[in-house]
This record gives sequence, structure tokens and C-alpha cells, in this order.
Amino acid sequence: MADQVLDTKGLNCPLPILKAKKALKTLQNGHTLEVISTDPGSVADFPAFCRTTGNELLEQNEQGGIYTYLIRKSALGLVSG
Amino acid sequence: MSNVAEFTGPRVNPGIDPNTMSIIVTKGSLDWAYPPFILGTTAAAMGLEVTMFFTFYGLNLLMKDLKLQVSSLGNPAMKMPIMGMHVGMPNIISALPGVDAAASRMMKNLMKKKGIAPIQELRELAVEADVRLIACQMTMDMFEYSVDDMIDGVEIGGAATYIEVATKSHINLFI
Repeated sequence: MADQVLDTKGLNCPLPILKAKKALKTLQNGHTLEVISTDPGSVADFPAFCRTTGNELLEQNEQGGIYTYLIRKSALGLVSG
Repeated sequence: MSNVAEFTGPRVNPGIDPNTMSIIVTKGSLDWAYPPFILGTTAAAMGLEVTMFFTFYGLNLLMKDLKLQVSSLGNPAMKMPIMGMHVGMPNIISALPGVDAAASRMMKNLMKKKGIAPIQELRELAVEADVRLIACQMTMDMFEYSVDDMIDGVEIGGAATYIEVATKSHINLFI
């Protein structure tokens, strides 16, 4: 179970990423954020976002056009600094 | 033999921070407003320090009162999805009064339906993320724009201001 859940269903690029960044900002290091999205572009974008920012992408799932991402906020990440 | 001191070239910054980006924004129509604001806000969200330099029609995107329009005139690639087809507009029709307004309304509706953020929202997010917004003094002069027409927090600068930013930016885009 994630510490926080962010529902971005219906939103298109780049809003899921921008809203995820905002949510991560308020999260404590080591805590997790689950992002729910319907944007097929998010499949490539969330891993890229996590690789660049140093946040950890723990899980990535798709079910019936709903994409979920479990991200752990990392102290090493640029956005979490 | 010349007495002129040898030009040793520009001072390059050996340690450019890879997490820096600049974008020159030259276009101000509804469609062209998206690439710079999408990339600027996303880069900022990914931890980059972002500067956007607005010149010529790009200045339009800094106005308090945004009235963005798109034109199908001279734009053969603009094909709108209508009832399962992609429909373009012949120039002779695009040129008629009211067609730009209708095309703009149509594109805005389409964006709303697809969950695409309005430019106002992306611009607010850019300001919130401390993206540096610089308006080009020369084009402001030429088009007779004043800082009062623009949103708060816009800096004024010229070519040298941008070049200084560019020498310190790892990624430099022209849109």
C-alpha cells in the first residue's frame, strides 16, 4: 500500500508527470507514491522521469488501459533534494 | 604584423551543469505554444533549471490576456479528427473570415476532451517551478508591447542576456 495515491486519469502529457512531481515534493524520503494514469505515453515517461530524478520506480502495471506506477521518493533524487 | 590583441575565443564554462536548459520561443499561436511550455515545465519537474527566452511572436505567450489562435492557412499538415477521418482545410477556405476562430475553438475543444492542459495552466506551472521567463526587449519595442501587458515575473533582456544563459545551459532549444 502506497503512502499516497495520485489519480491522474483523463489527464494527458505532461500533466501526470507535473502532478507526480508536485506530490513527491510533499512526500517524505523513503515514502511511496502511487500514480494512476490513462495516458499511454506515461509508460515511457515515468521510467524516464524516475531515471533522471533518482526516484525509484518500484512497480509498473497496466490493466485495461489503466496504468499504475509505484514510486519511492529517494533522497538522492534531484527533485527530492 | 598586427597590434591587435589576439582574440582567444569566448570563455567557455568547463563545468556546465547538465541539469540546465534554455528554450528560445519564437512562435505564438495556439499549437506552437505547447512544445516550449510542455518541455519547460517537464524539465523543471525533472529537476532542471530552465530559462525561456521569448522573442517575436513568442512574446504573445507572455500576455496577461491570452487569446491564442491556430490557423489552417498554409498549414497542410493540420488535419483535424472528424468522425473517424482526418480532415484538412483548403487554403481558399482557410482564408475566409471566421475560419481561424472556428479552427481555434475546435482545437481547444479537442484539447479539453483529451485532458490536455490549457496554456494558461502550463504557464502558471512554469512560473510556480521558477522557470526564468525573459522577454526580448527589441521585439517588445518593435511590436510596442509593455511589461504591463505581460504576466508578473517576466524579465527583460536582449541577445547577450540569452547568449550568457546559453553558455551556461547544457540543453539549448529553438522553437
